[in-house]
Amino acid sequence: MPVIKVEHLTKIFGKRPKEALKLLEEGYSKEEILKETGNTVGVNQATFEVEEGEIFVIMGLSGSGKSTLIRLINRLIDPTSGNVFVDGKNLSKMSKEELRQIRREKLSMVFQRFALFPFRTVLENAEYGLEIQGIEKAEREKKAKEALELVGLGGYINQYPSQLSGGMQQRVGLARALANDPEVLLMDEAFSALDPLIRKEMQDELLDLQERMKKTIIFITHDLDEALRIGDRIALMKDGSIVQVGTPEEILVNPANEYVEKFVEDVDRSKVLTAEHIMKRPETINIEKHGPRVALERMREEGLSSIYVVDRQRNLKGYITADDASDAKKRDVKGLHAILRTDVPQVSLDTSMQDIFDLIHDSPVPIAVVEEGKLRGIIVRGSVIAALAGSEVNMENA
Amino acid sequence: MLNILDKIPKLPIADLVSDATDWIEDTFDFFFKPVRNQFGPFLEDVSGLLQQIPPIIVIIIVAVLAFFVSGKKLGLATFSVIGLIFIYNQGIWEGLMDTFTLVLASSFFAVLIGMPIGILMSKSNTLQSIVTPILDFMQTMPAFVYLIPTVAFFSIGMPPGVFASLIFAMPPTIRLTNLGIRQVSTELVEASEAFGSTFYQRLFKVELPMAKKTIMAGINQTVMLSLSMVVIASMIGAPGLGREVIRALQRADVGSGFVAGIGIVILAIIIDRFTQNLNKQKGENA
Ligand SMILES: Nc1ncnc2c1ncn2[C@@H]1O[C@H](COP(=O)(O)OP(=O)(O)O)[C@@H](O)[C@H]1O
Ligand SMILES: [Mg+2]
Repeated sequence: MPVIKVEHLTKIFGKRPKEALKLLEEGYSKEEILKETGNTVGVNQATFEVEEGEIFVIMGLSGSGKSTLIRLINRLIDPTSGNVFVDGKNLSKMSKEELRQIRREKLSMVFQRFALFPFRTVLENAEYGLEIQGIEKAEREKKAKEALELVGLGGYINQYPSQLSGGMQQRVGLARALANDPEVLLMDEAFSALDPLIRKEMQDELLDLQERMKKTIIFITHDLDEALRIGDRIALMKDGSIVQVGTPEEILVNPANEYVEKFVEDVDRSKVLTAEHIMKRPETINIEKHGPRVALERMREEGLSSIYVVDRQRNLKGYITADDASDAKKRDVKGLHAILRTDVPQVSLDTSMQDIFDLIHDSPVPIAVVEEGKLRGIIVRGSVIAALAGSEVNMENA
Repeated sequence: MLNILDKIPKLPIADLVSDATDWIEDTFDFFFKPVRNQFGPFLEDVSGLLQQIPPIIVIIIVAVLAFFVSGKKLGLATFSVIGLIFIYNQGIWEGLMDTFTLVLASSFFAVLIGMPIGILMSKSNTLQSIVTPILDFMQTMPAFVYLIPTVAFFSIGMPPGVFASLIFAMPPTIRLTNLGIRQVSTELVEASEAFGSTFYQRLFKVELPMAKKTIMAGINQTVMLSLSMVVIASMIGAPGLGREVIRALQRADVGSGFVAGIGIVILAIIIDRFTQNLNKQKGENA
């Protein structure tokens, strides 16, 4: 069962939401509805599910409805129509008291501008969620301290937020959310207010924390790089609608429409694409069946100067060069063992293009992509360049 | 044709208000009577008690408080000591204690009533649009006008003084409580909501602490306004420094009037600096 399920969720801001809703369902655009009725479509019939333990990123330009959507999930904003289920329970049908309980136990939020209470110390901030649940002082202090340790702020508990840097303030925000031990973390552009370096550091830390804690995280960002770095899945929003949901690869490699394509156009692909995306089907010869003669023949046919050698199970044995093979043929050597070279440049399926780029630069032969000893593909310099230029990636592999 | 305006009969507003006042006086007598009979003497007791304390002790206490309230600086303490000695020296110490009691009582009730109204107002736009013009009315109506019905309700003495200054001085507390709460950033309110706060948790743990500075500024204004009104209230027999001024006015005694006036100024400055410093004290930079 998904932890969060969102069904045709719609929010319309303005005086006559019912009227606007009808137009929306008839397929009018956000712009047309604004013109017709003066109402703003915040979120337009969003539907998706978030599984336990995943980082689900919602990405879109400013004004695309991300903040509205995340606030509909904990009902800081009441929906115009549609449903939100948390652990199968429908939030829109809940009483205030039940809703409060869900917020206290299951959903915690981290805010873009940190939203720390300036008159409370770091520790008191982290305690807030527990305090309002009426948990006694000693226990809530213990839990809050643990959460602060977790984000590396154990030594700052008696400071006030204004005494901390932005990055540290957001750690307090994160600790405050974690202290409750919620199932779901809602993070609205949590790192957007930080400088790039600190932001990257926080992203890494979030991923580290996630390794250990396995929370379900809904993370909002307008930054595609950030989305690709931390998202298990990404939902792309435009004008309040979700235009595509998929893994980072799917989004990049297979944009659902022109809008997504535009969005991903200027991503630094080298950070996202891996060996798997750019490798080609390898020409090989079989060490158990073939000798230098066949090898030479095959290379001549394909116009290669070297060829990879495998066994029947496609285990990679090494490679031979055309020069060695013709030499061996002249000397009438039968097997390939004598001329087999084993200094193979190898990578695995998930090696990033950036690393491949460094490798391929000074390699005389194509790079072998190996999985559990088996040759899965090869990468030639040409395909790296092509992929960086944004074309020619093979989806059948991804 | 030109006297068409005269054709409109004079609307009986004044009579209406008078009648209404009579009605209020009769209907709420169950309230006014105990205030007259119990609260008046109570205030006089308080003032009497203050006058019992030897002035030198009062001066020392005020000086010490001033020293700590102003963050261990000597300025306010020095001023207070000199000012209070001057007042004692001029023989208006008794008036000072009466005035102080009146200010204390009317400010206390103004805050006690004003803050909840301000809080409610911040929660409802409708209420805000109803209350705001009433506050404007309360503040622009000449202060003397309040004195007239007040006398009807509470006869003369301290209670009507307190009541009139209460009405006159309450608006800033209401306004700034409302403003302070409305100014709390949406994200902070959302944060408290997102963690599952109840209405009162949000109010007491987030909104009021965040609005504290603004509210305190309102209270400071309220105290200052009630001081100015307490002086005016001497016209209906409220005791204190104001009475000295009025007496001097009646006798065209410039000298005594001036002395009493200076006394009021000294009290005003001391009270103002005290409340302002209290506000500054624990303020962490936001
Ligand atoms: N309280 C509101 N009242 C009216 N319109 C709003 C309100 N909040 C957001 N909107 C509108 O809804 C749309 C989505 O806003 P938002 O969710 O804040 O976008 P994002 O977080 O993606 O930048 C925008 O067009 C915005 O102007
Ligand atoms: Mg936003």
